[in-house]
Amino acid sequence: MATTSASTSPQTAPERTRLIRAGLRRRHRSETIFRGLGMAAIVLALGFVVLLFVDVIRKGVPAFVQSNLHLEVFFDPAVIKVDPAPQTGDFASPAEFQAASLAWQRDVALLNWNRIIEASLRAKLPANTQIDTRELLTIPETNARHQVRELFVANPALLGQTVPVDVLASANAANWIKGNIDRSLGDAQQQMSPAARAVIDAFETSGTVSNGFAWSLFTNADSRAAPAAAGLLGAFIGSLYMMLIVIVLAVPIGVAAAIYLEEFAPKSRLTDFIEVNINNLAAVPSIVFGLLGAAAFINYLHLPISAPLVGGLVLTLMTLPTIIIATRGALLGVSPALRQAALGMGASKTQMVFHHVLPVTLPSILTATILGVAHALGETAPLLLIGMKAFVAQVPVTPLDQATALPVQIYLWQGNENRNFFEPRTAAAIMVLLGVMILLNGTAIFLRSRLEKRV
Amino acid sequence: MDMLAGKVKLTQQSVNSAMNPTDALARPIRLEARDVTVHYGAKQALFGISIDIPDRAVTSFIGPSGCGKSTFLRCINRMNDTIEGARVGGSIKLDGEDIYDPSLDVVELRARIGMVFQKPNPFPKSIYENVAYGPRIHGLARSKSDLDEIVVSSLRKAGLFEEVKDRLSEPGTGLSGGQQQRLCIARAIAVGPEVILMDEPCSALDPIATAIIEELIDELRENYTIVIVTHSMQQAARVSQKTAFFHLGKLIEEGVTEDIFTNPVHKQTQDYIMGRIG
Ligand SMILES: Nc1ncnc2c1ncn2[C@@H]1O[C@H](COP(=O)(O)OP(=O)(O)O)[C@@H](O)[C@H]1O
Ligand SMILES: [Mg+2]
Repeated sequence: MATTSASTSPQTAPERTRLIRAGLRRRHRSETIFRGLGMAAIVLALGFVVLLFVDVIRKGVPAFVQSNLHLEVFFDPAVIKVDPAPQTGDFASPAEFQAASLAWQRDVALLNWNRIIEASLRAKLPANTQIDTRELLTIPETNARHQVRELFVANPALLGQTVPVDVLASANAANWIKGNIDRSLGDAQQQMSPAARAVIDAFETSGTVSNGFAWSLFTNADSRAAPAAAGLLGAFIGSLYMMLIVIVLAVPIGVAAAIYLEEFAPKSRLTDFIEVNINNLAAVPSIVFGLLGAAAFINYLHLPISAPLVGGLVLTLMTLPTIIIATRGALLGVSPALRQAALGMGASKTQMVFHHVLPVTLPSILTATILGVAHALGETAPLLLIGMKAFVAQVPVTPLDQATALPVQIYLWQGNENRNFFEPRTAAAIMVLLGVMILLNGTAIFLRSRLEKRV
Repeated sequence: MDMLAGKVKLTQQSVNSAMNPTDALARPIRLEARDVTVHYGAKQALFGISIDIPDRAVTSFIGPSGCGKSTFLRCINRMNDTIEGARVGGSIKLDGEDIYDPSLDVVELRARIGMVFQKPNPFPKSIYENVAYGPRIHGLARSKSDLDEIVVSSLRKAGLFEEVKDRLSEPGTGLSGGQQQRLCIARAIAVGPEVILMDEPCSALDPIATAIIEELIDELRENYTIVIVTHSMQQAARVSQKTAFFHLGKLIEEGVTEDIFTNPVHKQTQDYIMGRIG
């Protein structure tokens, strides 16, 4: 065989070997270069990811610590001068009781609760400390009085009693305690007066103030009046509602549309046109979906502004093309042999799709869906256009309540003037968002491998 | 050489087939194709095929690749309906009933005419589910025990039961190629078809698995009308009683297998059998 081929080629055998060897070296070299480039690209990409994570975590970790003031609050009858709380039994109808109860709560709210706070702070001061009320009250967060008032409303029997209560230190106080502020700066550049700073230091030595895990970050909604109490819960619930809406709407609609287009729709100009447009929609900048949402859902359908419902609808529109394209791709990838097997058995087209094709594509569809939802979760621009950047101090109860979303919350905190306090908080919010993302992606990977293992 | 294709006198007795070869042509006709043409878009793939397929015998289609064997086989259970752009003309009758009659439901047709494909294509489900699928969608089992019985007897008929009886719940895709193909045969048998179409069922299998399938085909012939496409002339000679030779979309010659191989009438058939084309 070697001789026959040698006779047909112009070179002799050794010559040919030499030529192949020479070419071999070149081929190996280009392979090495290509591998090197690939490695470099991966190292670069990983490097940036690591950099991002390290930076965010380094900045964000301090925000997971909050400074608590441990006070003994005396519910002083001299300050809390209100009638006894109305009892249900004293009223003819529930409505009357309701009215009386509200009137009583208003009276309670009008009391000067700061005097109670001030008194409990003064009780903790070292002997002979001179500090005026205004300065002293810069130490606790402004929501302390609401917290104490709510304790009383919930249990009017506290009147005249002394109970231990933990309140948050103010953002400025926390900055000072955590060392976010350069202690050597002059008084003019410090946010807190020298007297207040001295009191904080004294509180630290006496153990009246201490640092703990920042539960408030997870249990409170955003707050402007009490920045130290500002939390992510409102934004988190807002995002959760939107994700649910996206899952409930985009997934069935997207998957059904893809199945129809791929499996049932006759190939025609119209379906080609629809296909081109779906591909185009996937490339439309997300902010345009925000404009569409504002026009269609708010101006035309009169849905409430800033509501997660509208946000969810906008994100659904945005996610639909992605899900449709991914699902069609997955359906297209199903081997014709499987389809033939089903049809050959006498399965109808619908049976073929639902018994055989869909089950094998489920892992891909699921992954695409979760990634689509994760993408929607991180989307900010369209939400700004439908009013979800408004400051909302309540945790939304229904998807029709005003709310914001995690990425928007990051944007809002990033813009807060109290940089020293909000920079870590912004990073912490980013960490929470990334955590949710990683959780979603992890779920996608887990479900995928689980479903693929199952027959 | 006798020029009357299909009516050639028998010169030799079949050696490897239990049935007397003359019987193949003497048997009642199950399928009757007349002037079947197929176009794929503008391209014509079959030109006026007319052939009778005898009941409970194996009929093989041979010919060089691309000559339209699979295309014609797919006409018989209307699988060409699922191919975009395919148009079928002429008529095919199953027991005298036109299978292209618009009033005929192809689901019913495919329950009566089963198919086994070139590459084993079990469903990515358990062995049990693979076989149970057909009876289930056609509503053939009234109870779970009915279904169990159908599954077991189909696997038995396909000669697979002994090998898989302890792992019916394991994936069918985990079997060897030959076992997968027998699973596909069991799956087709489970709906109780009258005709089984096989498109090069052994082309993806090793010689031992091939021999097992060939033996199985020989057994199945007792109860089913079998049409098999094969690129192996030895296989056609071994398993079939009737052979049809296709070339470039035309049916060149058909007749008793023995005759086609020992006494081909047409030059093209001779050339193919001698290995000069294909
Ligand atoms: N789905 C299809 N679309 C277009 N042309 C096809 C299709 N299937 C087969 N053909 C063409 O029809 C002819 C016959 O093909 P086929 O029946 O597969 O031949 P065989 O099975 O004998 O090898 C070939 O020329 C092939 O290219
Ligand atoms: Mg073929």
